[in-house]
Amino acid sequence: MSRRARTTKARPAGFTTVVVLRLYVAGGAPNSMLAIANLEAICAEHLKDGHKLEVVDVLQNPRRAMAEGVLVTPSLTKLSPQPVAQVVGNLSDKRRVLLALGLKPNVE
Amino acid sequence: MAKLSTGIEGFDQLSQGGLPRHRTSLIVGGPGAGKTVFALQCLVNAVQRQGAPGIFVAFEESPSQLAANGATFDWGLASLAARKLFFMDAHLSPTLVKSGDFDLVGMLAMLAAKKQEIGAQWIAFDGIDVLLTLLQDPVAEMRELYRLRDWLADNALTAIVTAKTESRSATAGHYGFLQFMVDCVVRLERRQEDRISVRTLQITKYRGSGYAEAEFPLSFGPSGIDVGATEPLTIGHKASPQRLSAGFDRLDAMLGGGVFRGSSTLITGVPGTAKTTLAGKFIEAACGRGERALFVSFDESAEQVMRNLSSVGIQLKAHVKAGLLRLYSARTEGVSAEEHLLKIRALVREWRPQCMAIDPLTAIAKSGAQGAARTVANRLIYMVKDLEISLMVTALSETDGPEGEATDLQISTIADTWIHLSYLVRGGERNRALTIVKSRGTSHSNQVRELILNASGPSLSDVYATGGEVLMGTLRWEKEAEESARKLRQRVQFDQKRRELEFAEASTNAQIKALQLEQERRRADLALYAGEDDLQTASSSQRESELRRRRGADPTETRAKKNGNGAAR
Repeated sequence: MSRRARTTKARPAGFTTVVVLRLYVAGGAPNSMLAIANLEAICAEHLKDGHKLEVVDVLQNPRRAMAEGVLVTPSLTKLSPQPVAQVVGNLSDKRRVLLALGLKPNVE
Repeated sequence: MAKLSTGIEGFDQLSQGGLPRHRTSLIVGGPGAGKTVFALQCLVNAVQRQGAPGIFVAFEESPSQLAANGATFDWGLASLAARKLFFMDAHLSPTLVKSGDFDLVGMLAMLAAKKQEIGAQWIAFDGIDVLLTLLQDPVAEMRELYRLRDWLADNALTAIVTAKTESRSATAGHYGFLQFMVDCVVRLERRQEDRISVRTLQITKYRGSGYAEAEFPLSFGPSGIDVGATEPLTIGHKASPQRLSAGFDRLDAMLGGGVFRGSSTLITGVPGTAKTTLAGKFIEAACGRGERALFVSFDESAEQVMRNLSSVGIQLKAHVKAGLLRLYSARTEGVSAEEHLLKIRALVREWRPQCMAIDPLTAIAKSGAQGAARTVANRLIYMVKDLEISLMVTALSETDGPEGEATDLQISTIADTWIHLSYLVRGGERNRALTIVKSRGTSHSNQVRELILNASGPSLSDVYATGGEVLMGTLRWEKEAEESARKLRQRVQFDQKRRELEFAEASTNAQIKALQLEQERRRADLALYAGEDDLQTASSSQRESELRRRRGADPTETRAKKNGNGAAR
């Protein structure tokens, strides 16, 4: 699994900004697989307006990951909009992920 | 068990060679105990002494903080290339959010890549507890520790893992597993003792190796951690047969010719018994021989020491000017014994004295724990002996008897010569007495001497022991005066007696002479009488021969004449 970039085009209308995300994973490690699945679900549900997600496999790109300050895997970074936020873990706690990304979690 | 030297003074001795090669060692301890410095120092030493690159994974501090902290030691950390010692910034951002479980797979992959890149042989995980705490799950913690252990084993790295413990007993939970996982556990501790911070180091586990099990003092010196175990188990001081002056002639005479070079002399006594004076005299004698000397005084400035000593004829200033003598004064309040040891050791290494005095050594026990001060005193003496420096230390004793002497620091057993000074109060005077309690390898005097101080320096005087009492000072002077008067009287009496005897002899001789004269007179009388008799005989025989001649005599005349001559003699 190498670098993957999925971009959902933002709709031209509206004030919404494109959320740029980067997820660092460690190959097919269980937590990493889970994180990808969880993030995709969150994006599908909450970032319909448009987001940019890059998945970086640390096993394939260890130097880049180190240069970018990754510590543990899986690890999600929100690069834009500011402020930069970081979430570690398999993203199973959706509420915390949404809070970290600056999105209002739907009251459930 | 293959070991790698850590380069930490004392630790390699305790661990009999260093940390286990290609194994993991755990350093546990509370905040400020020195865990990070320990790990960092090991890695720096590995680079500088073995040329072995290392990776330092910092969970607690940023690399810039570490660099700043490391710069306080003389390691030249700033000049180390990143290819030799790589810092991985692993301190967690305060804004970091955790959502669900995570693992170290990615991090270990990054470290493996870095290891390949720089050829690292050492790795340190500083503050692994920070990361483990974030997992918030004991099972996950154990899982990741297993992962870490396997990774380390696969990568043939010599690893140091540090973890905080809150208190001495807080070793439960994951630390229990952590301790099981590693091959060597070193416990660092910092505690307060009498307002002084005391640090200790103890090896609590070392698979496949022997180690010193006791708790050892630890201190931070200019070169980083310094473990107080510098004295090897076996003592290998050289024993010089050369004698040195202990200060002045009479003391040397009491010691049977002075102290041995490279030996240590302990002077004990209550305040004011002239301990400093003896130490000063020893140093002055050393400088007088042209030897380099160091005088360490506590709680008294160098100027003050020199001024006070000059009042008893000990002049040190000239030797200081000549570059032979160095005086070092230190305050003791709030300074731990360990710090004093480090300072003195640095001084000794720099100055390289042949003779040294510490006055008073007991001052190091003023601040901090007694136990620490005791080991410091021992280590100090051993260090000085190892360097073959002749040492004289003074120790303040609380009581004026031999039983209370230097028991606080228990240094009397390792001192080669022990001189005790005491007071003797009698007849309204306080006089100083000097005794040699012991002096190894010398035939020393067992006598108590009076120590007299005057402007020309210290000297010793015999004391009078009369009727079980020791006399000193004025009493001794009185006794001396009395003694000399008695001697004078005795001499006069003797002279008189001699004269009497001479007179008796003379009179006897005179009597003999008189008797002889009497005898001669009697002999003369006798002779006179005999002469008269002869004369009479002669005259009668003459008359007879005359008669005979006249009557027509025969020749018997000549013989009778001869007989008459013999009798007259």
